[in-house]
Amino acid sequence: MTALEIIVMHLPALQIAVPLIAAPLCILMRGTYLAWFWTRFITVIVFVMSIGLAWQVHKAGVISYELGGWAAPWGIEYRVDQINAFVLLIVSAIGMMVVPFALKSVQKEIPDDRHHLFYAAFLLCLTGLLGIAITGDAFNVFVFLEISSLSSYALIAMGRDRRALTAAFQYLVMGTIGATFILIGIGLMYQMTGTLNMADLAKRLPAVAETRPIMAAFAFFTVGVCLKLALFPLHMWLPNAYAYAPSVVTAFVAATATKVSIYVLLRFFFTIFGAEFSFDVVPLTGVLVILSVMAIVAASTSAIFQKNVKRLLAYSSVAQIGYIILGISLVTVTGLTSGLLHMFNHALMKGALFLSLGAVYYRVGSVELEAMRGVGRQMPLTMFAFVIAGLSLIGVPMTAGFISKWYLLTALFQMGWWPVAVLVLASSLLAIVYIWKVVEVAYFQPPLPDAKPVKEVTFSMLMPIWVLAGANVFFGIDTRLPVGLAGDAARQLLGIGG
Amino acid sequence: MDFLAHFNYWVFVVLMMAGFYTLIARGNLIKKIVGLNIFQASVFLLYITMGKVTGGTAPIVPEGGTDGVIYSNPIPHVLILTAIVVGVATTALGLALIVRINEAFGTIEEDEIQDAEAEQ
Amino acid sequence: MTGSIAIIAALLVPLFGVLGIVAARNHPNHREAVTLVTASGLFILVASLVTPVMNGLRPGISVLEVLPGLEIAFGVEPLGLIFALIASGLWIVTSIYAIGYMRGHHEENQTRFYAFFAIALSCAIGVAFAANLFTMFIFYEALTLSTYPLVTHSGTADAKRGGRTYLGILLTTSIGFLLLAVIWTYMSVGTLDFRQGGILNGQVSEAVAGGLLILYVFGIGKAAIMPFHRWLPAAMVAPTPVSALLHAVAVVKAGVFAVLKVAVYIFGLDLLAKLTVTDYLMWLAAATILVTSVIALRQDNLKRRLAYSTISQLSYIILAALLATSGGITGGAMHIAMHAFGKITLFFCAGAILVATHKTEISDMRGIGRSMPFTMIAFTIGSLSIVGAPPMGGLWSKWILGMAALDAGQFAIIGVLMLSSLLSIGYLLPVAYQAFFNAPENHNAGKTPIKEAPTLCVIALSLTALGCIVLFLFPDPLYDLANLITAPA
Repeated sequence: MTALEIIVMHLPALQIAVPLIAAPLCILMRGTYLAWFWTRFITVIVFVMSIGLAWQVHKAGVISYELGGWAAPWGIEYRVDQINAFVLLIVSAIGMMVVPFALKSVQKEIPDDRHHLFYAAFLLCLTGLLGIAITGDAFNVFVFLEISSLSSYALIAMGRDRRALTAAFQYLVMGTIGATFILIGIGLMYQMTGTLNMADLAKRLPAVAETRPIMAAFAFFTVGVCLKLALFPLHMWLPNAYAYAPSVVTAFVAATATKVSIYVLLRFFFTIFGAEFSFDVVPLTGVLVILSVMAIVAASTSAIFQKNVKRLLAYSSVAQIGYIILGISLVTVTGLTSGLLHMFNHALMKGALFLSLGAVYYRVGSVELEAMRGVGRQMPLTMFAFVIAGLSLIGVPMTAGFISKWYLLTALFQMGWWPVAVLVLASSLLAIVYIWKVVEVAYFQPPLPDAKPVKEVTFSMLMPIWVLAGANVFFGIDTRLPVGLAGDAARQLLGIGG
Repeated sequence: MDFLAHFNYWVFVVLMMAGFYTLIARGNLIKKIVGLNIFQASVFLLYITMGKVTGGTAPIVPEGGTDGVIYSNPIPHVLILTAIVVGVATTALGLALIVRINEAFGTIEEDEIQDAEAEQ
Repeated sequence: MTGSIAIIAALLVPLFGVLGIVAARNHPNHREAVTLVTASGLFILVASLVTPVMNGLRPGISVLEVLPGLEIAFGVEPLGLIFALIASGLWIVTSIYAIGYMRGHHEENQTRFYAFFAIALSCAIGVAFAANLFTMFIFYEALTLSTYPLVTHSGTADAKRGGRTYLGILLTTSIGFLLLAVIWTYMSVGTLDFRQGGILNGQVSEAVAGGLLILYVFGIGKAAIMPFHRWLPAAMVAPTPVSALLHAVAVVKAGVFAVLKVAVYIFGLDLLAKLTVTDYLMWLAAATILVTSVIALRQDNLKRRLAYSTISQLSYIILAALLATSGGITGGAMHIAMHAFGKITLFFCAGAILVATHKTEISDMRGIGRSMPFTMIAFTIGSLSIVGAPPMGGLWSKWILGMAALDAGQFAIIGVLMLSSLLSIGYLLPVAYQAFFNAPENHNAGKTPIKEAPTLCVIALSLTALGCIVLFLFPDPLYDLANLITAPA
């Protein structure tokens, strides 16, 4: 067998092993440039591997890989189908995109002697997220979930402001509660079925579905995963964590961590428990719809009153997660497609927004609204990317955000849920208000008299911002790729052909 | 009585709630971490006790083969080892954060920290 | 050049113009030349489509499919052609005017001004030639966004506040109502294409159609029906060329054009006539006509008075659409042209007065007819056209509207039309009268020297005033084109 064939055969394992081994090696790489270059190299390899996996899935269908050669359901199985290929692509793409930006940004925000630790933690976080997405074993999900969470606590705590420390602590406490609840759920499921393998669980659960332990397991799992994905009202950790973390961390975590948690939700609700149990036996649709609508409205409104732009965008993220969960809770092909599509689009939007804010922070030193006066003229390229991503957030036609909103509204109309559709549209108006706040301050107010004039950032920082902002527009016009992938994944989750 | 038959679950619930309560109600950050630990320990107990088979012994192959030997399920033990490690790592990270918070804020009481943040 | 290529060219030419404008930003004369050449080119392209359309051809082109069932497609039909002709033709004249105004007023950021102007025109053409609601919605939104920098051009606190109202009302109505209506239409009928006879007839219940009509009329905020009319007076903080072309011609006409288009090609006149909601909305339009005319009477700021007059005149066209007769549609389409020429003349005059005398309030404008005779004569002509008096083009559109109301049996509407004509006499003619027949403040015995606005401004407003007269004398081409809209296929 050629080396390439061996690599392709073990691609699922390599997808995890490569960043996992690279992380401790990164600790040995003292010096900013070495650590950064190593990270860059690894993230590119990871991205290429995820493309390879997506390609394989597209051609050959579901990939089932036995870790260590031990057969499922006793061994741990890595199972890649349309949905996780999609999620893997998103995570690895965002991971790859933020690293070029990170060089300068990290130099400014984190003390020099910690850079290698930063990149090591970053690679660990990437590993954890990829692992959650790729694994086919329920307990393995917990393990990788904790790997990614712990490393993100550490990453967030590296922020300059001392409030980053308390934000990380609060996230640690809440995240651990969430993960522990998930663990309880998995434990109870194991107790009733005797297996941890997801496919096997799916086969065995229907027989014991309406027993009390399984109901309890479902409840624990739901609360745990909703904590992780920051569904209102379990979102308290998010605003502070995003606001005070280093810019690169916010961009990366905002674009990926909650998405992967949503993937976990999808996997458990649809593949393991089954859509009928999750949404019919347990009246989950109603609960999730109410909570997501509250998330959308309350979080968008809170965003309007924020003075710190990162916190503003953090609340906006909570609202966007509401959109995704709303689409998912409809349990129709269109609804699920809109949710999955928005996972992709939101990663693009928030990635671009937070990176451009990171660029502003790099030059201006603050992300308070007041400090951003007049920045539109001084940093035109950065702020224009912010505007484009902002328009995508609002859902202006020709941007990616419009496509996911269109699908969501179509799905709501198909269900005949008028009032909810109107609320979704009304929340777009709220988004206009808070995006416009920033735009106005940046473009229409003159800089403060004692503010230093700032220049545009360098190409290395502009390039990721513009790739992400441009992707917003590109995928708003040529929608075949994301809609195709999301549609396939949706149909697969619902067990419909395709 | 059912209570005795399920007493491990009762212990699990009581510990979980005790840990959870400590976590929420105590303002001192270290006490919160302790509460978190108790909370996680309760889950460990859940797993381990669920693995015990009545009349079962340790899952080690004895001399003379495994015929007629009842042994407890080793898998929950394995799972819990992993979970314990995760718990230790979490505790370590939490305590490290508390040390840094103490350096930055001069206190590890939650209400005092919130006041300090509000002023900032 | 085939029709489809002409359509794409018409969309792209202004955008290429933007490149030229930005490239020439350090050479004002070259930059202005680029604008004029681009505007002329656009007009020629649009005009080339007239003959094919009059002969019954409907050129179209589909550009790309964004989502299955949602495509960006363009198609030329008489109504869109009228709008495109007006927008592109008057762009040439406005550019001439703008050159004089911006230089005479020593405005800053002129490159940004001309560039966004071109983008806005491209969006207007996109609205005019859209073949389905999706495309129209995209360009409609783009028009709002691209005109925002023009409205807030001066950058003052007032400009920003006006801009906020502008954007707020237009985006709220379009996303809150129009998008909802578009999606609902799509979900009900499965298509968003504009078709002769409409796509809703027979496909949806009357209740649904009625609801959709309400959403469309309120959602098309650019048509400024009450209560979503406040953005127009707020937008008057813009420099006068912006107010002239955009808020007398491009933006507002995009609004009423959209209303007419939806009425004819989405609902179809038959369905519209059947709905009870049509009557209620018609009365709302009638109320808008009268109420805003009264408000106009009480405005002392000339541009604000003209803004309220515009709202009133726009509701004429909405009213015409809701009469649900082919005569109404013809009258409404003609009014797009007539009102455009009349109003743009009035705005040009307002700007000319501002540049020459720095006056904005009507009470200060006594006797300026002596120092600015050309301007005030043009003002009088424009006023007469708005009022609907001969020998100005406005007479024809009002006449046809009146006849349509008669045909539809809406006698009260005729009363409304007559009353509003009286009101418009009341708020327009006194301005001209006191300019000529009252003495200026600093009255000195002897002749007042003629101190007109910059020459280019005067040329522009004379051209549009002439246009009003020409449209009176030769209304047939316009009438024929307008009649084609509702002609049987």
